[in-house]
Amino acid sequence: MNAITTYFKDIFHGIKTLLTGMKVTGYYFTHARKEIITQQYPENRDTLKMFDRFRGVVIMPHDENNEHSCTGCSACELACPNGSIEIMWERLADPETGKKKKVIEKHVYHHSMCTLCNLCIIACPTDAIKMGQSFEHATFDRKDLTMVLNKPGSKIRKGVEE
Amino acid sequence: MIAEEAIKEGIKTQEYFINMGPQHPSTHGVLRLMLELDGEIIKKVIPHIGYVHRSIEKMCEKDTYRQIVHVTDRMDYLSNHMNNEAVCLLVENALEIGVSERVKVIRTIMSELTRLSSHQLWWGVMGMDLGALTSFLYGFRDREIINDIFEETCGARLTMNYNTPGGVMFDIHPNFQKRVKDFIAHFKTKLPEYDDLLSDNVIFRNRTEGIGILSKEDAISYGITGPTGRASGFSNDIRKHKPYSAYDRVDFKEILMETGDTYSRYKARMLEMWESMSIIEQLIDNIPEGEIQSSAVKAVIKLPKGEFFQSVETARGELGVYVVSDGTKSPYRIKFRSPGFSNLFVLDHIAKGYKIADLVAMMSTIDIVVPDIDR
Ligand code: SF4
Ligand code: SF4
Repeated sequence: MNAITTYFKDIFHGIKTLLTGMKVTGYYFTHARKEIITQQYPENRDTLKMFDRFRGVVIMPHDENNEHSCTGCSACELACPNGSIEIMWERLADPETGKKKKVIEKHVYHHSMCTLCNLCIIACPTDAIKMGQSFEHATFDRKDLTMVLNKPGSKIRKGVEE
Repeated sequence: MIAEEAIKEGIKTQEYFINMGPQHPSTHGVLRLMLELDGEIIKKVIPHIGYVHRSIEKMCEKDTYRQIVHVTDRMDYLSNHMNNEAVCLLVENALEIGVSERVKVIRTIMSELTRLSSHQLWWGVMGMDLGALTSFLYGFRDREIINDIFEETCGARLTMNYNTPGGVMFDIHPNFQKRVKDFIAHFKTKLPEYDDLLSDNVIFRNRTEGIGILSKEDAISYGITGPTGRASGFSNDIRKHKPYSAYDRVDFKEILMETGDTYSRYKARMLEMWESMSIIEQLIDNIPEGEIQSSAVKAVIKLPKGEFFQSVETARGELGVYVVSDGTKSPYRIKFRSPGFSNLFVLDHIAKGYKIADLVAMMSTIDIVVPDIDR
């Protein structure tokens, strides 16, 4: 007798626990519109905005006169843990004073090696580089991921070096 | 005739080896388990590791202390904030500088959020391993909110690199407190759903209760830490025994279980989520003011000559960082004592005599992260 009671008790208990779980899934099935959290990604591209601090790619902002604030000091190159930044600089005569000084020639950034750790941004004494929010970086050629951050013909903004 | 003879003698079965992994979905990454089987009964489990070995310890020997922090994100990626914190605390202790109260509280909140998100992922994946795909989606739904909180303040969702020696990288975002409070209120209503879906489910109970029992003595001798060890009654919570950051001022229980079976390991993590929420609630409303980066830390950090050790409680157990410094800007030798490595090797001990399907359940509750084992 006892064994039979336990047997049926177990069955009913089992069914009850299964129904408890199905109540949860049933709720979401009937309230799908209210509880939905997924986004339709490629469709919502125009409205999709990443957070301001999101680290997507290292960029160097230029102003309307095609000027940036990079002095070519190589602090970012030293801070980088994996050699993603290469600074090529040269010594040029200043057109006004005539004194030779260090000028950035190419700020080469290898996005394919970068771990987006933010250490270079922190190390930069003049805040010349910052993190961009773009994230669609897939390309067919690895070479496309090596970028020169200072635009051609750009020069350093006046007053940054003081 | 031959068949009859065989029955008379009793059918002899032959033991054989089978590989589980390295591409098996339930090994959560590239881990290979060599199983010695008799039919479906497990005789021996031999873990083969090293598929994602990146020689992080060796790499750190050429990195500066600031750079080492970002590499630790890639060990146990589900405990990223805690890993960062371990290295930062070590450097701060070695330099004998303190961080502001604000930094301590922020770090603690971040660590507990990480623990919550790690346990949510574990819960989802555990259900999936046992054949309940539903739980995976529910776990990830709630984890998404924490990821958004991290993304807004730290700028990343997985590889945070948010702690720096002497402080944190950015101050918390103005929305941070509100978002965290919203999340806690939200998750308090969702966590009972987890119990309805899985914890009380009769199939789940039958597959976990009394399976893979690990005694307290064995847990200690194998060095099993974290919720896995606490489920066997081994009190090992670093947050309680050697409080760091703001853990000394919060009130929380160390979850201890007795049986040490798969279900109690499951239950220990479920209860830990409530404790984490209570810790966050105690801290979130009174984050003290203060500087977020100590000015005592120089741009180039040189530790004094000597040996240093620091351990923190990650979502998986005790992470220890041991540094031998020769006074230069990189460590002479660094060693990470990762919880996943020690926890994995108890599998052979607890899985003997059970079936393959039980091994999957045990492996889930040990909660291994393969990059943490391999480093
Ligand atoms: S974000 Fe990190 S890895 Fe990338 S370039 Fe800067 S320092 Fe190097
Ligand atoms: S980006 Fe900044 S740190 Fe790097 S070379 Fe230019 S000024 Fe120096």
